[in-house]
Amino acid sequence: MKLLSAFAIGLLFGCGILISGMGDPAKVLNFFDVAGTWDPSLAFVMGGALLVTAIGYRLVFRMHTPLLAQGFTLPTTTDLDAKLIGGSAVFGIGWGLSGFCPGGLVPVLGLGMEPVLTAGAIVAGILTARWMITLGHRQQPAKA
Amino acid sequence: MTDFTPLMSFLGGTLIGIATVALMAVLGRIAGINGIASGFLTTQLNQDWAWRAAFLAGMVASPLIMLGVTGQLPEITVPSSPLLLVVGGFLTGIGTTYGSGCTSGHGVCGISRLSARSIVATVTFVITAGVTVYLTRHVFGG
Repeated sequence: MKLLSAFAIGLLFGCGILISGMGDPAKVLNFFDVAGTWDPSLAFVMGGALLVTAIGYRLVFRMHTPLLAQGFTLPTTTDLDAKLIGGSAVFGIGWGLSGFCPGGLVPVLGLGMEPVLTAGAIVAGILTARWMITLGHRQQPAKA
Repeated sequence: MTDFTPLMSFLGGTLIGIATVALMAVLGRIAGINGIASGFLTTQLNQDWAWRAAFLAGMVASPLIMLGVTGQLPEITVPSSPLLLVVGGFLTGIGTTYGSGCTSGHGVCGISRLSARSIVATVTFVITAGVTVYLTRHVFGG
């Protein structure tokens, strides 16, 4: 039941991405190209998603527990640190180069070789970053 | 050029929102695609791995729903060269791991919870993406 609902929600999320245009790098890059072939469509994606989620989350958090899980898994960090800002800055550069963000990429994986190539590079980046973070923790045992 | 599609984009956005709310209501999880994929790549093959795999499989299968409804697969255009895709993808993986989130995790889930971290992250990656596109298209490219 858990897996079936996760699959169905993934389907819905993917359809949202495809209908909205977030899966099309040409559209994503044009959203950022204010000085050139600007296409403001993606602001409407954000608007629609935020409107529904902001209201929906408020209703969901009134429940004691999720329907099929023990509790809500939410981030607890609140630091506005260099890792957050530096990491996000680097992500933005990558997004601006490829036109693919992770959410836009997964639904179009089956539609061509370029998405698969990009996904391979993202996976390499994730694994490299995780390895560097683990290495950093090991080298500074006194701080931990 | 791409067509300005405010209605379809808004509709797609609301579907993304409904899926995001549903994932929280049913499984109690944040719909951050990078986080879900990252956990899929590195956690053990247990219950926590299985829902991630099912969710990602649903996303990958979504073009088939579009095929069923519209009669054709969605089309995408990739303007960037393979080299830029690899470099951009690698930086995306590094950045979202250090920054703990991407457009869906910070931009939709986080901002909806009014998380200061997510607001700062989203403003940051939108600015650097904008600057990157400006530089590649109007300064170095052109």
